[in-house]
Amino acid sequence: MSPREAWVRVCALDDLPRAGARVLELDGLAPIALFRTDADRVFALHDRCPHKGGPLSQGIVAGDHVTCPLHGWLIALDKGLACAPDVGCTPRYPVKVEEGAVWIVPQPMTAPAELAEADA
Amino acid sequence: MKQPKLVVIGNGMAGIRTVEELLKLMPGMYDITVFGAEPHPNYNRILLSPVLAGEQEFDDIVLNPLSWYRDNGIRLHLNSEVVRIDRVRRRVIAADGTEAEYDRLLIATGSLPFVLPVPGKDLRGVIGYRDIQDTRTMIDTARHKGHAVVIGGGLLGLEAANGLAQRGMDVTVVHLAGWLLERQLDPVAGALLEKSLRERGLRFRLQASTAAVLGNDQGEVVGVRLADGDELPADLVVMAAGIRPNTRLAEEAGIHCSRGIVVNDSLQSFDPRIYAVGECANHRGVAYGLVAPLFEQAKVCANHLAQFGIGIYRGSVPSTKLKVTGIDLFSAGEFMGGEDSEEIVLSDPAGGVYKKLVIREDRLIGACLYGDTGDGGWYIKLLRDGTPLQALREQLIFGENALGDAGTAGQDRASAMAASDEVCGCNGVCKGTIVKAITEQGLFTVDEVKKHTKAASSCGSCTGLVEQLLMNCLGSNFQETPKTKAVCGCTDLSHGEVRKAVREHRLLSHAQAYAFLEWRTPNGCATCRPALNYYMLSSWPHEAVDDPQSRFVNERVHANIQKDGTFSVIPQMKGGVTNAAELRRIADVADRYQVPMVKVTGGQRIDLLGVKKQDLVDVWRDLGMKSGHAYGKSIRTVKTCVGSEFCRFGTQNSTQMGIELETMLANMWSPHKVKLAVSGCPRNCAESGIKDVGIIAVESGWEIHVGGNGGIKTEVARFLAKVRDAEAVREHVGAFLQLYREEAYYLDRTVHYIERVGLDHVRQRVVDDAESRRALYERLLYSLEGLQDPWEARIAGKQRSEYEPLRIAPQAADAEAGA
Repeated sequence: MSPREAWVRVCALDDLPRAGARVLELDGLAPIALFRTDADRVFALHDRCPHKGGPLSQGIVAGDHVTCPLHGWLIALDKGLACAPDVGCTPRYPVKVEEGAVWIVPQPMTAPAELAEADA
Repeated sequence: MKQPKLVVIGNGMAGIRTVEELLKLMPGMYDITVFGAEPHPNYNRILLSPVLAGEQEFDDIVLNPLSWYRDNGIRLHLNSEVVRIDRVRRRVIAADGTEAEYDRLLIATGSLPFVLPVPGKDLRGVIGYRDIQDTRTMIDTARHKGHAVVIGGGLLGLEAANGLAQRGMDVTVVHLAGWLLERQLDPVAGALLEKSLRERGLRFRLQASTAAVLGNDQGEVVGVRLADGDELPADLVVMAAGIRPNTRLAEEAGIHCSRGIVVNDSLQSFDPRIYAVGECANHRGVAYGLVAPLFEQAKVCANHLAQFGIGIYRGSVPSTKLKVTGIDLFSAGEFMGGEDSEEIVLSDPAGGVYKKLVIREDRLIGACLYGDTGDGGWYIKLLRDGTPLQALREQLIFGENALGDAGTAGQDRASAMAASDEVCGCNGVCKGTIVKAITEQGLFTVDEVKKHTKAASSCGSCTGLVEQLLMNCLGSNFQETPKTKAVCGCTDLSHGEVRKAVREHRLLSHAQAYAFLEWRTPNGCATCRPALNYYMLSSWPHEAVDDPQSRFVNERVHANIQKDGTFSVIPQMKGGVTNAAELRRIADVADRYQVPMVKVTGGQRIDLLGVKKQDLVDVWRDLGMKSGHAYGKSIRTVKTCVGSEFCRFGTQNSTQMGIELETMLANMWSPHKVKLAVSGCPRNCAESGIKDVGIIAVESGWEIHVGGNGGIKTEVARFLAKVRDAEAVREHVGAFLQLYREEAYYLDRTVHYIERVGLDHVRQRVVDDAESRRALYERLLYSLEGLQDPWEARIAGKQRSEYEPLRIAPQAADAEAGA
C-alpha cells in the first residue's frame, strides 16, 4: 500500500441504502460505486462493469455480489472479479467504515497479489 | 458441536452425486467417508458404451478425480467392499477390515447384472456389463477372439453388442421378447432398429431363450445352446438380461427391501439414519435404472442430509436414448398406448423414420421415436408439464419446428448444425463450445450449460436447442429441466410453491420470506429477489412492503437504463393521443436537458433518450406528464387506431376504449410486461393480434384476444371472448389480467402462462363463470386503488437519494493523513 494514501470521509453509512449502492463523483476522477451489503459491509469499485462498461452501482446487490444491470454479469464486490464463466475485473478502492461514517482512499488499488493469482 | 459422520457405501454416480449436491448445500457439515468396491474414482458408467466402442478412453469418463476427494476432505476407501452394516453400533465393516462409524449412512450400491440360472453361467468368459472391469474384459477378448453372444436385447445388451461388433467380433444377440428394446420401443420401431443393426453386421435370435452356456475342459466358454437346440459359438458371453438392485447388505442388516431398498420421498429407508439412492433403491415401487432419475434423487437426498428437509422426490418420467452412434431412437412415458388412449403415428419405413405419440385426455402421455429424434426434448417437456395440446395437436407429430416458429427456438435442428453455428444469439455461443463444455466438464443440465457457457442464459429462446445438444451428447444421461424448476440456486422451491407460501403464510417482507422459506442465501440473489417482491406485492396489495433494492434498476429508478448508463424517459400518452401543449413541453425539455435523441416508440409514444440519472426528476417535473411505465414488468401501453371517430372503416371508438383501459390499468405491476392494443375494425391497424390483450372492434361489439406476443417468438393472440359494450370489455380485460397476475410465474408473458394452464382454464375463470370474473375484476381494482404515479411521488421527494450522486463535502475533503 502506498504510504501517501489519504482517507477521505464520504458520507454516513446510512446514506447508502442497505443491499444497494450509490455513485460517488469526484472531480477529475471516474465515478466510484459505493456498495453497502445487507450485512452492512461496504465496498468501493470503479463504476464500470469489465464487460461493456455498465454502471455497477445500478445493479442488484445480493450477498457480497452485484449483478450488472446491462447484461447480468455477476461481480464479486470484495475483489472486483467477475464470476465464472465470465472473466474480468474492475478496480477497487480502499474503503472503511468508522463510527458510522464511510471513508475512502480515492485512488484505485493497483493489481493486488490475490487478483493476479485469481486471474492465473 | 461434533461434526456428524456421513458414510457412503458405493463410489458410483448416484452416491457421489449426492455428496456433490450436499457439498453445494452445506460444505463441511459432515465428516464424509466413501467406500468403493472398485479400484477407481467415480466414473461415468453411462459412457462405458463409447469406451467399449473405442470412441472414448477410460480417463475421459472419470467424473471425480482422486484430487476431488482430497480437496473436499473426503476419506476414500477404494478396493474396499463393505460386507456388513452394524446398525446397533452404527458402523460399517469392509472386507479388508476397514471400519467406519456413521451418524448418517448412504447406501448407493447400484445394481448387479441378472445372471440367468443356466448351466455354465460361471464359466470363464461369461460376464455382465456393469463396470469398467467388464468393459476391459470385452475389449481384451475382442482383440484375439472371434465370436460373442450377448444375452438380452435391451439397451445395455445392444450397446455391448454394437461395441463388440465395432471391435471386430462376430456378435449374435439372443433376445427373449419378440422385438428389440421391448421396454423402450413398440414393435414397429423395434423392427426398424433391428433392420439397421443387421445392416451393421449384428445377428439376432428373437423369441429365443438360452438353455445352457457351453464350456471346454479348461472351464472356458465356447458356446451357447438355445432352448430350440441350436448352438451358437462363443468366446465371450455377455449377460445383459436385466439388472437387479444390489440390496444384500441392506437385507442382511434387516432393512426393509422389496425389489430394492424401500425408501420414502426423502430417500430414507426404514431406518431413518440410513438413506438409499440410485439403482439399489425402490421408490414408490420403482427401482430406476437410468441416470436422470438418480440425479433427481441425489438432489432430494442431499437436501435432507443438509437438514433443509424441504425436498420431495415424487418419482421421474425417464426417457431413453440408445447410445449407438448413428442410431437415433427415443422413447418416454406410456409409449405403448392402450385402450383409453389415442395414437398419432407417422411411419416412413423406407426412410427409416417412425414416430408415435400417445395421447390421453388432450395430453401427451408417451412418445416413441425412431430415426428422427430431434423433437424428443420437446415431447418430453410437453409430457412432463402435462401441457394441454389443443391447437398443437394438428402439428404435433411434425415437431416443434412445424409450429410456424419464426424465432430461433428450434429453427435449426441441433444435430444438423455445424460446430461453428451459433446457438445462443444473445451471448454469441456456438454449438462447438457447448458440446465441448458438456463433454469435457461433465454437464448434465441446461442450468449447468448456462453457468459454464452462458448459452440460453439471456433471452432463453435457445433453451430447446441446448436441451437437444445435451440429449445428443448424453443420451439417457440427460436430465430434463424438471417441471417444478426451482426459482434459483437460493432455494429448491419452485415459483408455484413460493407464491403459495407467500399467500398462505401472509409473507409481507423479504426478511420474513427468506427466513420462513429457509432460503440458502441471507438475502437472495438478482434472480429471486425481484420474483419474491412481485409475489408479495401482488398477493398482498397495500400490505406487502415494496423493496426498491429488490427491483431491477429500471423499476427502481422508473426509467429505462441504456448502454451508456443514461436513461430513457417515456411519458404516458394514453392511447397514443397527445396535444400541442404536451408536445411543446416535450420539445422544451429536450432542449433544456440536451436530450440527444427524441424518438417515436413502437407503442405510440415519445421517447427521450440519453437523460442523465440526476436529471430524471427534473425532467419529469418539467414534462408535467405521468409515467408511461415503459420500463417495468408492468402495464406498458395501449396502442390504438383512430377508430370510428375519423376512420371511414372504423366500427367503434377504439381510441377512447384504449384511453379508458390505459387509465384503468395505470401503475399495474405484473409478472412480465403487458401490452395492449385496440383496433377499430378487423383490419387491425393497432396490431391487436400480437398483444397480451388485443381488442378488435366489430359492428356488434368487441372481440377480446389474449396471449399475443411480438417479441422473441411471434405469437398470435387467441380469441377469448366477444362482448357487447365498453364496461364488459373493461371487466373481461381486468379479470384476465388479474388472473395472469395471480397465477403466472414471474417473467412469464401471457403467452407462456396460457401455454401452461391452458386457454380453457382462462376461459372458464374469465368468460364462463361470471362470479369468478367479477371477483377477479374487483381484486384488480382493489390492487390499483390509490396507487400514486411513481414520477409524481418522486417529484414530491420520494427516494431522493437514489437520484443524487454522492459528493465529498468541502470541509471533509481536508484529507486525514495516513491510515
